[in-house]
Amino acid sequence: MKTATKVKTTGDATPNWDADPVLSVEHLTMRFGGLVAVGDLCFNVGRGDITALIGPNGAGKTTVFNCVTGFYKPTEGRIVMRHGPGRQDDAVEAVTASGLKWQSTNAGGVFLLERMPDHEISHKAKVARTFQNIRLFGGMTVLENLLVAQHNPLMVASGFSLGGILGLPSYKRAQQEAIDKAVYWLERTHLVERADDPAADLPYGDQRRLEIARAMCIGPQLLCLDEPAAGLNPRESAELNQLLKYIRDEHNVSVLLIEHDMGVVMEISDHVVVLDYGVKIADGAADAVKSDPKVIAAYLGVDDEAEIDVPEIRKDVAKVAAESDGATAAGSKKASARKAPAKARKPAARKTKAAAPAADTAFAQPLMATGAKAPAKRGTAKASARSQEKTSAKAPEKARAPKTAKAKTGTTGPAKTAAAGGAAKSAAAATPAKAKPATRKPAAKPAPAEASEIKIANSGDYPGKQPHGTRKPRAGGGNNLTRIKGIGPANEKKLNTLGTWHFDQIAAWKKAEIEWVGAYLSFPGRIEREEWVKQAKVLARGGETAFSKRVDKGDVPTSVPGRRGAQPKKTTAKGGKA
Amino acid sequence: MAVSGTKTPVAGPQGDPNSLQASIKDAAMAAFLAGVLGFFFIGIRTDIAPGGLDLKMRWGAWIISILIVFAGRLLLNLFVYKTRRPVTRNLSIGLSGSESRLAQAGKVLKWGLFAFALILPFFFTTFFPGRDRQFIDLAILIMTYIMLGWGLNIVVGLAGLLDLGYVAFYAVGAYSFALLAQYLDFGFWLALPLAGLLAATWGVILGFPVLRLRGDYLAIVTLAFGEIIRVVLLNWYEFTKGPDGISGIPKPTFFGLELKRGEGGFADFFGIAYDPIQRFIFLYYIIFILALITNFVTMRLRRLPIGRAWEALREDEIACRSLGINTRNTKLTAFAIGAMFGGFAGSFFATRQGFISPESFTFLESAIILAIVVLGGLGSQIGVVIAAVVMIGGIEMLRNLGFLQQVFGSGFDPVQYRMLIFGLAMVLIMVWKPRGLISTREPSAVLKEKKRIGADMVAQGEGH
Repeated sequence: MKTATKVKTTGDATPNWDADPVLSVEHLTMRFGGLVAVGDLCFNVGRGDITALIGPNGAGKTTVFNCVTGFYKPTEGRIVMRHGPGRQDDAVEAVTASGLKWQSTNAGGVFLLERMPDHEISHKAKVARTFQNIRLFGGMTVLENLLVAQHNPLMVASGFSLGGILGLPSYKRAQQEAIDKAVYWLERTHLVERADDPAADLPYGDQRRLEIARAMCIGPQLLCLDEPAAGLNPRESAELNQLLKYIRDEHNVSVLLIEHDMGVVMEISDHVVVLDYGVKIADGAADAVKSDPKVIAAYLGVDDEAEIDVPEIRKDVAKVAAESDGATAAGSKKASARKAPAKARKPAARKTKAAAPAADTAFAQPLMATGAKAPAKRGTAKASARSQEKTSAKAPEKARAPKTAKAKTGTTGPAKTAAAGGAAKSAAAATPAKAKPATRKPAAKPAPAEASEIKIANSGDYPGKQPHGTRKPRAGGGNNLTRIKGIGPANEKKLNTLGTWHFDQIAAWKKAEIEWVGAYLSFPGRIEREEWVKQAKVLARGGETAFSKRVDKGDVPTSVPGRRGAQPKKTTAKGGKA
Repeated sequence: MAVSGTKTPVAGPQGDPNSLQASIKDAAMAAFLAGVLGFFFIGIRTDIAPGGLDLKMRWGAWIISILIVFAGRLLLNLFVYKTRRPVTRNLSIGLSGSESRLAQAGKVLKWGLFAFALILPFFFTTFFPGRDRQFIDLAILIMTYIMLGWGLNIVVGLAGLLDLGYVAFYAVGAYSFALLAQYLDFGFWLALPLAGLLAATWGVILGFPVLRLRGDYLAIVTLAFGEIIRVVLLNWYEFTKGPDGISGIPKPTFFGLELKRGEGGFADFFGIAYDPIQRFIFLYYIIFILALITNFVTMRLRRLPIGRAWEALREDEIACRSLGINTRNTKLTAFAIGAMFGGFAGSFFATRQGFISPESFTFLESAIILAIVVLGGLGSQIGVVIAAVVMIGGIEMLRNLGFLQQVFGSGFDPVQYRMLIFGLAMVLIMVWKPRGLISTREPSAVLKEKKRIGADMVAQGEGH
């Protein structure tokens, strides 16, 4: 295909996006008042790659786009755009230190996008973008839209309008060339018949393609597409995939896209970056990311169990569960316990609600399903090479730790080193985390506890402190944690795996523990937002919250009604105060 | 009473909405209502009588008003509301289909008007020898407003930046020439480009602060700037002579020849008889050429990247920025070029009047120029011409409504009603053509076939 592909297939350790990034986002933070939309985000976009930026609604994807294209000035961080091959690290540092906005040489150029105004990012750094809600010039014809995109070269050709007013022939030539270029892209996007129609007259799908054609008329090196497949039918979606591949392969333009349509993402992406609440939770090749449980959990929601009442999803769940039977057999109990498929196979009998057991895997379903067809469709050397690489990595037991290490190779944060350090290091990190809660235990827990600890292999990878856990619930069984708003059966299981069985355990969490659990469950910040600890304190006292009342009435489909375990008495509130 | 017709004009297939009976019943109802409502308003009149008010019954007027309502409603029912073939049908079709026809007519009109404008002074001197001076003077006035309209059209129509203070640049141009002439003895032709440049500079200076403003805020701030310029001219007495104004502004010369009586004048040089009308004809051609230059430059700019950027800016500013267009410079260029033409026109105004004072540059002038642009259709050059002729010419023509006195009696003074009639006409035009007379947009670049773009597609920009 092209040189970039070779780098990908031959380069053994470093993926293309780290070896030859066209765009580097480094420690990007964007705050709006008190709200941190994007927090300390680092990722690279490989030259000649199609990179997808995915994540749930409100994850900060469009904010990242607006920072990259200069519509927002980032609060902190550096965004480097490179023309020409290689990382050009020396040049980047030189430009950063010099206070210049950009520097271009014969070999290429380095552009610090956070210092540049939006129009220069498009004009000089050659970063083009489209918008989530299409922004065409509706009252101008399709052709005019594409000519506006070639404003800067045409301005020069028209002698900044002076030569144009006098009617110099050089401008006429330039205009004809611009029209030819426009026609080229109109042919690529099948819009040439509509060239003289106003853009607002086009159907929705055509407008989306026209916006891409218009962006391409800038002659970009990086094309940023904000949900290009939104509102397209499957046929149009497939055409879009073809167009994007064409742009990548024939014009060697790197593409960064935000997309919710997993079919598009998994089929065309070389590299996927997953955001949740402004934080990167996964980064890697498409097939590695799609099976990352953190991604599944965060992207599709951990306890949104209403979705799994759909029959075909249940069927998929059953299939995945069956597959994972073999996979988890060899795995250690601790590692597999956190794995979604591993857990899903047993609880069918155990759980009261038919829908509940399917929880974890159900979220995985859309990702899995699309992921499954993606490699087949692609069939390129690159893809197969990569998928081999990946399958070997996640091979028999799909244990979590190796996979995180794999996924995090792209990051530059502390997580990378921790993960690379391997099991020994993380085991070492886990020990102190374990030791501390033990000392705190008598104060926090009124009931006598068996001292068995839960060991999480990569506990040290997460910020904060692992909360204290017991291997078994106290006499009488664990509480129904789903009575806490924000905890569904899936999370309950995960918490049980951590040794958290009772409301008073959650009530005793402090900031460090909350941070750790938040990171571990892949939704940092959510525990504070949903006030788990506060709810748990009330429930631990034997009180009721508005939510728990609804659960008990059976009004909450994502929670299991009924009280379980030794119900706390109203007077045993002492341990709740942390 | 047998109900043979439905009450609503839109009847089902069973009902016969065309029935005479239904029409009469409806008209009778209307007449009854008119009678009830009109009894106190029309039927009774209070007069001041010794010792209080005196009630006087006016049965005649009351019955006549009822009959008028009855007859009017009956006719409307028979021919419009309750008939399958309303006489207004053709009218409404004509209105809805008028868009393309108007555009076609505009093309023919364009060259027709151009040809007429070219020979206009001689047309009037030939056919209206007694009133030629008045008509040519009016034509000069209209042409000045056409030029101003074309200048403002760049800012409002193309770039979509609502400018309520355009008269400021008109004032800058006029005062530039007047002051240059007074303090430095500049002639018209030397001062003209300087006046344009100064106005453009002021356009940039005033443009800077409003770059980030949108919508109503932009309109308010430009309005304020227009007033600031006028107030400064009014109060800087030492320099501008304030409300006294500047008089004795030199007349333009024809390649150094003054248009005056006697030795060394234009008539003397060419050996023709002196006639005061010559000066008017000369002034007319100056403003005609200036307006043509304005039009030519605007039309050329529309087809250049800068013009397309203006229109793109009107359509979507954010998309412009994403395409690498420097919106700041683009907006400033629009302000500057629009202001420059305003400055040229102001300079001409000064030389034509021979006397200027801040009184000439009130907000009303801005409003009239803007009304010309809006009435003509934002962005349409020929629309501005028609609107200027209608507005400026119309107001003047309404002064000569002597014939109305024969209709309404000698006590009727038509001049008092001209603004009323004019306002009514404006309302009617806006109801009929809410986006201006020529509201379609002509594309600036064509691949195969030129299609005009309907007004509903075209964005109006900021402040509308």
